[in-house]
Amino acid sequence: MKILVCISNVPDTTTKITFTNDNSTFNEAGVQFVLNPYDEIALSRAIELTENGNGTVTVINVGEASTEPTIRKALAIGATDAVRINASPSDAYFVAKQIANHAKDQAYDLILTGRESIDYNGAKVAAMLGELLDIPSVSIIKKLDVDGDKATVEREIEGGKEIISIPFPFVAGTAEGVAEWKIPNMRGIMSARTKPLNVVEAIEVSSLSKVIKFETPAPRGTVKLVDAGDPEKLIELLHSEAKVI
Amino acid sequence: MSVLVYVESAEGKFKKSIFEAVSYAKAIATQLNTSLTAISIGDVASSELENLGKYGATKVLNVNNDKLKSFINQAYASVIAEAAKKEGAEVVVLSNSFSGKGLAPRIGVKLDAAVISGAIELPNTDGGFTIKRTAFSSKAFATVEVSAQNKVISLTPNAYKVVEDGGSSSVEDFASENKESDFKTIIKEIVRATDKVSLPDAELVVSAGRGLKGPENWGMIEELADLLGAATACSKPVSDADWRPHSEHVGQTGIAISPNLYIAIGISGAIQHLAGVSSSKVIVVINKDPEAPFFKVADYGIVGDAFEVVPKLIEAVKSLKANS
Ligand SMILES: Cc1cc2nc3c(=O)[nH]c(=O)nc-3n(C[C@H](O)[C@H](O)[C@H](O)COP(=O)(O)OP(=O)(O)OC[C@H]3O[C@@H](n4cnc5c(N)ncnc54)[C@H](O)[C@@H]3O)c2cc1C
Ligand SMILES: Nc1ncnc2c1ncn2[C@@H]1O[C@H](COP(=O)(O)O)[C@@H](O)[C@H]1O
Repeated sequence: MKILVCISNVPDTTTKITFTNDNSTFNEAGVQFVLNPYDEIALSRAIELTENGNGTVTVINVGEASTEPTIRKALAIGATDAVRINASPSDAYFVAKQIANHAKDQAYDLILTGRESIDYNGAKVAAMLGELLDIPSVSIIKKLDVDGDKATVEREIEGGKEIISIPFPFVAGTAEGVAEWKIPNMRGIMSARTKPLNVVEAIEVSSLSKVIKFETPAPRGTVKLVDAGDPEKLIELLHSEAKVI
Repeated sequence: MSVLVYVESAEGKFKKSIFEAVSYAKAIATQLNTSLTAISIGDVASSELENLGKYGATKVLNVNNDKLKSFINQAYASVIAEAAKKEGAEVVVLSNSFSGKGLAPRIGVKLDAAVISGAIELPNTDGGFTIKRTAFSSKAFATVEVSAQNKVISLTPNAYKVVEDGGSSSVEDFASENKESDFKTIIKEIVRATDKVSLPDAELVVSAGRGLKGPENWGMIEELADLLGAATACSKPVSDADWRPHSEHVGQTGIAISPNLYIAIGISGAIQHLAGVSSSKVIVVINKDPEAPFFKVADYGIVGDAFEVVPKLIEAVKSLKANS
């Protein structure tokens, strides 16, 4: 089986988000970047599926050279090789176009993405890729089992789940539950240094939208504390002051 | 030109988030001096479809054929894009539900449209087209400037109020031309817990964390939630330990929610947890540690032991309900 996993390089989950340039740009100063946690789970499933020489896992990232530590981490976790499309990604459409351009003649059986990137959170790349490649896409999935020339997946829906049968090739956006997290071991880390990482130039894509301003949520006022001996007071405040119950 | 809204249904019914999307789409149509058309796919009674007029849809396109009974994003995207073209719609609106997430990007590609997912406000259409959405797992908002002619916008549930001031809509059958290749995926089974409020749609949420000590203590959490008509949620370590199902896990690696009320019980308020819940309108924190970081972002709080406080809250809600 030949699998492609799309990986993004995102601010660590503990990052305090701030902006510069008149609030038009994310302030990267002092920020640690990591492999998007959902992409890590997608990669873990891809590695499980190709264990024992049963296929290859290529990781692809659209990003500048600064993302290479994250790509090496993916190789250390167990990817076979990597592709970096050399560009600063402007939006999900740009990313999907680049990845589709790479994938169109590679005959991947399966393309995995995370459910969303934790920075821009569009949850868009998987379905865009499916459409650009004219193959099925399914997101957000919590389970993926191979069953001959098709897979059985569990898709999350409001208050439940759907069990879907889907033929290869297809694209899936994955969430927690789809695999056990894989932690790179020493051998993985050593071999990652010599695994192939091919850098490819980007294709021209015209941008459809761009972020012009960021803002952080208005701080809440100070908390109104209710005495632990008198929780009835809280219910009364929620009813008559906040008017939410 | 017109605005098109996709009205997702489950078992023949629309949820509140769909009425929000119709109301929102109507407001955009008004801004653009045009009318609103809705498109429904699946088996929905015509009375339900006519009722969409109340929220501002003047016309409803009804697609009801056997092949399109269950949701296949590829096929549904083809139908919606086809309708958008026939209606000359430059703006397509849908709800940012699980299905909406699989649909909006495909429609966007078909229409060469910009896809704005998770919008939280009406766009500004004076001169250009800018729109606000959440980013960085609700730690920030981003204002996006759209240069594309066509736009696909998915609306965050509970971000826009339902407006009921319209009349009845006219319902028309819409015959779509799907390709065979749209139907490769097959839905084998749908499992729905019908007795519970679904978390992403919930207006009220009662959530609990590791402070509850073990799964056997969730009885009082469920009781409080049931009394309030709230959904239940939990922190990540709780679902990791299998005390609660993963579908309840909120936060950066779980789901992001924005209910009117979020009650956090025995949750410390780690930054990854806050990422998924900080856009809740009112936050209540119950924690025995006065230094718990969650109090810094709360509107109301009780410093106390959950095992003493929650049973009293349950009694207080019961008497509130008895008196109203
Ligand atoms: C990459 C990454 C992603 C993550 N994503 C998420 C995520 O999506 N969602 C998430 O929730 N976490 C996430 N986390 C974990 C997060 O960092 C915290 O560890 C987690 O939120 C803590 O859960 P908790 O508050 O339930 O437990 P704890 O931090 O252990 O807090 C328990 C709280 O209960 C209080 N307490 C104890 N006993 C009582 C009592 N009897 N009555 C009242 N209060 C009591 C304590 O004072 C304490 O504040 C992530 C972490 C990482 C590294
Ligand atoms: N720059 C990128 N390079 C490669 N894959 C990406 C990139 N950005 C996003 N992705 C993939 O697309 C998924 C969804 O991202 P998004 O649509 O931005 O929420 C992520 O989980 C990744 O798998």
